[in-house]
Amino acid sequence: MAIVFEKTKGLTDKPFHYCPGCTHGIIHRIIAEVLCEQDILENTIGVSSVGCTYNNYEYFACDMVQAAHGRAPAVATGVKRVHPGNTVFTYQGDGDLASIGMAEIVHAAARGENITVFFVNNAVYGMTSGQMAPTSLLGQVTTTSPFGRDSAVQGYPINVSEMLATLTGAKYIERVMISDFKNIQAAKRAVAKAFRVQKQGLGFSMVEFLSTCPTNWGKSPVESIDWLKQNMVPQYPIGVFKGKDLEV
Amino acid sequence: MTKRILMKGNEVIAEAAIRAGCRYYFGYPITPQTEIMHYMALTMNKAGGTFVQAESEVAAINMVYGASAAGGRTMTSSSSPGISLKQEGFSYIAGAELPAVVVNIVRAGPGLGGILPAQGDYFQATKGGGHGDYRNIVIAPASIQELYEMTVEAFNLADEYRMLVMILGDGTLGQMMEPVLFRDEEPIVESTKEWALTGHKGRDHNTIQSIYINPDELEAKNNELQAKYRAIEVKETRFEALDTEDAEIVIVAFGTCSRICRNVIRQARDQGVKVGMIRPITLWPYPTEVLSELAKSDTLKAFLDVELNAGQMIEDVKLAVNGAKPVYFHGRTGGNLPSQKEILDLIMNIHKEVNQ
Ligand SMILES: Cc1ncc(C[n+]2csc(CCOP(=O)(O)OP(=O)(O)O)c2C)c(N)n1
Ligand code: SF4
Repeated sequence: MAIVFEKTKGLTDKPFHYCPGCTHGIIHRIIAEVLCEQDILENTIGVSSVGCTYNNYEYFACDMVQAAHGRAPAVATGVKRVHPGNTVFTYQGDGDLASIGMAEIVHAAARGENITVFFVNNAVYGMTSGQMAPTSLLGQVTTTSPFGRDSAVQGYPINVSEMLATLTGAKYIERVMISDFKNIQAAKRAVAKAFRVQKQGLGFSMVEFLSTCPTNWGKSPVESIDWLKQNMVPQYPIGVFKGKDLEV
Repeated sequence: MTKRILMKGNEVIAEAAIRAGCRYYFGYPITPQTEIMHYMALTMNKAGGTFVQAESEVAAINMVYGASAAGGRTMTSSSSPGISLKQEGFSYIAGAELPAVVVNIVRAGPGLGGILPAQGDYFQATKGGGHGDYRNIVIAPASIQELYEMTVEAFNLADEYRMLVMILGDGTLGQMMEPVLFRDEEPIVESTKEWALTGHKGRDHNTIQSIYINPDELEAKNNELQAKYRAIEVKETRFEALDTEDAEIVIVAFGTCSRICRNVIRQARDQGVKVGMIRPITLWPYPTEVLSELAKSDTLKAFLDVELNAGQMIEDVKLAVNGAKPVYFHGRTGGNLPSQKEILDLIMNIHKEVNQ
């Protein structure tokens, strides 16, 4: 019998612990698939961060190191400086990257650190039960903005991709959304391009994923996808913010 | 041909690190240790290594964490306020059991404090600082030659025990110049580091982390760490004993402070008071045993603990002495150093008091 579909070898057999309908799992899969398709799994070193995906070192079937909250880009810098020939990526949430780790991500990009960052924007702190993140939308109800995010009190969402795209060291930055088959395929192409940018030694690359958190959004998986499209996309438009014309 | 070279303490540390095979240095400027960075910036690339000026001390220690996880010999250096920021990384390095060397050229605190020498980071260096049950090996050199030799040794110890080794200096040691004699070849102990992340071609993939959600697994990890620390206490405790055999008063002092006290010993003896000194070289593990033994001696009447702080190491001295003999204290803060006369006068008073 012909095998028509196989789980990628880029993932271990350990079952994911993510909530039903959470799109972290899809993002893991497409990263792992690309690592296999580009035949770089065996030379890849990944950096797990702090958030719901703190233990994805158990899921990715490559060398992995777990970093303190927000510090993954610094840890990846250390790894990459020792092994410039290896592929190095970080996987970070929006609390991790855009709040506590803002200095580390900005400076990794500014240095043109030749690493790839996967930035998962689900507009909340997932793991610690749905607090407001720097990426939470105006009006969004979270456990720490129970009356909705109010710009007068809690300021405005941060568009990380647009901001980092202003840095010369950042060579490729794209925002994608995990919403449907077509967009997931586009997300996978972005992951593939980011790794090629790194392989060619061009500098810092990042893919931002708009991702769901049904548990903390208090929505079903299907409602969550709709909410993502209706509310997140207007604030966080999909597209390439840096390196559109890069031929890699 | 080997010859003595006059060099500044901070530069000697950097030179020693490169000689010891350190190839990845990450730092952030702060007085009075900045010359370490400058030296690294000048020489690291030529040595085939990497120098990165990090955006903060937090980033620097996390770069060390990454470079160490990748199998590199790596180091960062800073001074007190910067070392406070690195504590998060220290705890993760301990939890993940990664080798690393960190230099703290201590300045006066608390807060932004001052840039002059102090030993006010003793508690932070030896009792934790970061969260959780962990230890760092803490080495306190007292001369430029020792800064050199002990920095080289720190890298070997870090690799052997897979843990953080701190060189605890102070502004005086970092800034002063003394002749140093470099060896032709360093006693580098190479370790294979099978655990390191290199890309998993030809083996199972490696992971490095410090998280254990299961309490029993975490307790087992802690027990493992504690067993390692107990073994280090037995094997790696170091101190210098000076004229203690017949001493009536034993000074306990480390680093720069011990240099001042060393001169006082002769002066006191010239005046007929038998003084000796225990100079802890490792502050963790602490030379508890030698102090406990001395405390039992009939000739010994009192200890005098002298520090460049308000009294920190004295807690370890008292634990070792365990009430057997009085422990006097003299400390200066703010970046001030005690004068020899100050200490000598105190010794004369103690001598009178204990012989009444
Ligand atoms: C220094 C530190 N502060 C706080 C925490 C607690 N903490 C764990 S996960 C997390 C939020 C992570 O949120 P995010 O990065 O958005 O990832 P998600 O869980 O949504 O995937 C926080 C604050 C921590 N582990 N370390
Ligand atoms: S809490 Fe949210 S982000 Fe975390 S696994 Fe569940 S759905 Fe995903």
